[in-house]
Amino acid sequence: MTMNTEGNGTMLDPKVPEGPIQDKWTKRKFDVKLVNPANRRKYDLIVVGTGLAGAGAAAALGELGYNVKAFTYNDSSRRAHSIAAQGGINAAKNYPNDNDSVFRLFYDTVKGGDYRSREANVYRLAEVSNSIIDQTVAQGAPYAREYGGLLDNRSFGGAQVSRTFYARGQTGQQLLLTAYQALARQVGLGNVELFTRTEMLELVTKDGRAVGIVTRDLVTGEITSHSAHAVVLATGGYSNVYFLSTNAMNCNGTAAWRAYRKGAFFANPSFTQIHPTCIPASDEHQSKLTLMSESLRNDGRIWVPKRADDTRAPNEIPEDDRDYYLERQYPAFGNLVPRDVASRAAMRMIEQGRGVGPLKNGVYLDFTDSINRLGRQTIEDRYGNLFEMYERITDEDPYVMPMRIYPAPHYTMGGLWVDYNLETTIPGLFSSGEANFSDHGANRLGASALMQGVADGYFVLPATISGYLANWLNEPPVPTDDEAFTAAEQEVRDRLNRFLSIDGTHSVDYFHRRLGKIMIDECGMSRDRKGLEKALEQISALRAEFWKDLKVLGTDESLNQSLERAGRVADFLELAELMVRDALDREESCGGHFRLEHQTEDGEARRDDENYAFVSAWQWTGEDSPPIRHAEPLEFEYVALTQRSYK
Amino acid sequence: MNLTLRVWRQPRRGSEGAFKTYEVKDVSPDASFFEMLDQLNERLNDQGEEPVAFDSDCREGICGTCGVMINGSPHGPQSGTATCQLHMRKFNDGDTITVEPWRALAFPVLKDLIVDRSPFDEIIQAGGYISANIGAAQDANATLVPKPAAESSMDAAACIGCAACVAACPNSAANLFTAAKIAHLGLLPQGQPERYLRTVAMVETMESYFGSCTNFGECETACPKSISIDVIAWMNRDYVAAQWKNLRKQGQQA
Amino acid sequence: MTTKTRRLEVNRRSGWQSWLGPFFTSDVGMKWMMALTGIGLLGYVLVHMIGNLKIFIGPEDLDHYAESLRTLLYPIFPKEGVLWLFRIGLTAMAVIHIWSATVLTLRNWKARGKIRYDARRQYAAANYASRTMRWGGVLIALFVIFHLLDLTIGSANPDYVAGDVYNNVVYSFERWPVALFYVVTMVFLALHIYHGAWSLFQSLGLANPRYDSWRRWLAVALALAILIGNSAIPIAVQLGFLTVSG
Repeated sequence: MTMNTEGNGTMLDPKVPEGPIQDKWTKRKFDVKLVNPANRRKYDLIVVGTGLAGAGAAAALGELGYNVKAFTYNDSSRRAHSIAAQGGINAAKNYPNDNDSVFRLFYDTVKGGDYRSREANVYRLAEVSNSIIDQTVAQGAPYAREYGGLLDNRSFGGAQVSRTFYARGQTGQQLLLTAYQALARQVGLGNVELFTRTEMLELVTKDGRAVGIVTRDLVTGEITSHSAHAVVLATGGYSNVYFLSTNAMNCNGTAAWRAYRKGAFFANPSFTQIHPTCIPASDEHQSKLTLMSESLRNDGRIWVPKRADDTRAPNEIPEDDRDYYLERQYPAFGNLVPRDVASRAAMRMIEQGRGVGPLKNGVYLDFTDSINRLGRQTIEDRYGNLFEMYERITDEDPYVMPMRIYPAPHYTMGGLWVDYNLETTIPGLFSSGEANFSDHGANRLGASALMQGVADGYFVLPATISGYLANWLNEPPVPTDDEAFTAAEQEVRDRLNRFLSIDGTHSVDYFHRRLGKIMIDECGMSRDRKGLEKALEQISALRAEFWKDLKVLGTDESLNQSLERAGRVADFLELAELMVRDALDREESCGGHFRLEHQTEDGEARRDDENYAFVSAWQWTGEDSPPIRHAEPLEFEYVALTQRSYK
Repeated sequence: MNLTLRVWRQPRRGSEGAFKTYEVKDVSPDASFFEMLDQLNERLNDQGEEPVAFDSDCREGICGTCGVMINGSPHGPQSGTATCQLHMRKFNDGDTITVEPWRALAFPVLKDLIVDRSPFDEIIQAGGYISANIGAAQDANATLVPKPAAESSMDAAACIGCAACVAACPNSAANLFTAAKIAHLGLLPQGQPERYLRTVAMVETMESYFGSCTNFGECETACPKSISIDVIAWMNRDYVAAQWKNLRKQGQQA
Repeated sequence: MTTKTRRLEVNRRSGWQSWLGPFFTSDVGMKWMMALTGIGLLGYVLVHMIGNLKIFIGPEDLDHYAESLRTLLYPIFPKEGVLWLFRIGLTAMAVIHIWSATVLTLRNWKARGKIRYDARRQYAAANYASRTMRWGGVLIALFVIFHLLDLTIGSANPDYVAGDVYNNVVYSFERWPVALFYVVTMVFLALHIYHGAWSLFQSLGLANPRYDSWRRWLAVALALAILIGNSAIPIAVQLGFLTVSG
């Protein structure tokens, strides 16, 4: 094993319960220390982020009787980017009678993650998936139904069963709304205090444990400390490090990064997912990329012209001159191969010059056959809103012209390292949802992000957090005039003033765009040593330039969007470096991490299970010293390690 | 494309505001409206003028964060479209575009084009939910939901809470927003036990901030999700029905 | 008020409290009352028009009809008893209708805030009818006052003779400004009905996609009937089709 080659890395203990995998979660729920209902009101908890994982956790903890403070930088807790998930949510209900089970969902997720996730976590995720459907139905999520009134399912990439529950193409919206409404109920009841337009800018630790946060009111600029017995970070992923991604404009890695700098380990930062079905960029001023749900691959066929110089309109290219390359290369899964496989296949086509569209940066997703087979009405019922969205953005009618799609950064499997209890390496600091690294390994399957968000927020965290809290019964939270807080506040103020006082020549976006270019070129869909080493230098140079030449106008005492972004991009400039270091360190290809040096003859990812079957967890050591890489070994008892094959 | 923008500038809540005119040059027709504003902001920043503040997050028409009044139309000229999905090809070269924040007493301007829409959250907090504690749910298929009911519920649930309905309404009424949530939950069997209580509590909270409905129908055409004003009729009926019912005796059943 | 207290309070209200208290002062409740009184007033306008059209049959028919209103259900009720019941009912409906409209208008103006949109509003759904409900309503109210003084009390009509209904009408409409005022008001009344008859289904919560298109036609038919039926009388007088009799 190469686990301890870097720095003074140690082996991490994920605190997984003993026993057969089916019993682990039950055992943990029984073993964990409890806080009795009358004592819960003595605890103050902080939840940062109000997406599915955050709003869910805040609502669940509020229902249990804890005093919860929930924070979001959005103007409402209904805006988080969970809302944009389109296709659906997986669960092992086996309603369609196609031989699904908890074990199969677990198996598919571990395999889909290219064997870089923790078995026990994934099993738990599959286990609670059914409760998620039950719970969200009870809360009023209007899932698609059959005429008999029962729930409908559809299939999704990376699976051979139909286990995806959906609400048109707006499943994320409907799930977030149930969590938002559950949270609103708790706010109305006075159990949760909600802070909107409030951004966490620092984590406060004392004696090695998390005791609170420092926030900035984005409207007034006021800096405030909030103290609590425990802090939950549910702050999402960091795909915006690429500047152009499918994430919302405000998604950022700041909360997680602040925690990392205070001692929380950051796991697998280089594991990012590039989603295969996005609308290709049209010009340089583009601010974000728009995702088209992966569910489109159920009925759309992906192809490119066989000849690179084919300039005919898609409808004029005869069948014989088309290459349905996914169906050709992966007959068993066809257009439904996992995201990383589909993305890389598209990338290869474009590299061969067979891309389509004005910039030759897309591949076709063609619904002609499905429309002929099922009728236009059926396709409209299934994907109507997606087709409309496509037409709005591109001005092309996908019922007539095949869609053009291209891969775009979409999700980050990496995140704060957490143990089985979702606790980070800082005691009292927990992390749920995309912000943690836990369940998706090196690649996330479609319709699993919603599943993890709800599972962590509604079911896992409320159960495990009492184990930590029980140790602090009758201890008041650290007062906010403690030196730990005042020092953190001062750091935050100094940093804000520093942004404002640079007075250089370029906007925040200018640096962000350049960072994104470096990252997508060198640490995107494929990586190699040379490129990564070059990226390290470029990022370091760009960071130096940023701190010399940034120009942020206005003050810190009012609403100042440039100032908000400056802090986020400053953190991205550090996080990007860690991603590159991690990508360099992991001398294998797995899932979304594709090292050109490590591929099979036909261009598939080649894992190195002997040397890299572990989670990399990085520790901050200071501005000027390299981080230390720790490792959590991954053992696969229930899923045999094989070369993933979707052929 | 070259355009002239008239943009509302206001430094902070409660302060004086005014329109300012800017020229934007070489805008691609494929750019979105906000990408055009991004371009303007980048230039303003370079020239030493504070960028125009506006709310926008997902930029794919689902989060409801964005929304500005464009030439007197909420979210601009394209129907069924949030501002973030509006593209410049809907305008002509040389156009003058007036960009204003949502206007309503309940929505004070925080800066430039950003308003405070927190009364919407309060309406939901008053009852826009189903009280189902986490962990207590029965099997999802135990309650049958007829497909048409699920579809109508979903039509209403599509609301993104952007407040274009209020912005569009000459009375600054929030009936479409409130009614959409009442219909979303009230159309489902799961929503029945607190149907009337929910309606009364939400309507009363709504009325403490917003104007009343005079059935203009402007909200429906402004709604980026094209939610029908049928839901307002549904809300009115349930609100009146709630007055006839002895809620303790009859429960909440319709 | 927190959710907890509001919901407890709503649950605790007993029937009469909710009716007299929050409901009658709520926007939705007031719109509901406007719709109900609107139906009553619309019914009255229709019946009134059908009665008045007897003018085209002849003076005797109209005068006889007018007299029969005074003796309706006589001798069970005293003379004019039922008529007064109607008058009181109509006045009450008009007062509730106007009162609700006034209160809601003031609330709506307040809810809009002080700063208005600078760009000219691009109305997409609101039509002339819905946007003239308020001032059209004021015009109709002023007209009703004049109309009563003119043809019921007679103080605005120098040729008024109590009981001589046919001639009173003809004398009145022979003055062209009165005829014009009448016709203009009927145009606004028709617009008022065009929006009101459609909109009341919405306020009462009776809108249903199944008969939405039918609602629109109903509103058009009612508005046209009132406009044509009522305007026919002053126009006929002005054109000389109806002249003073006896």
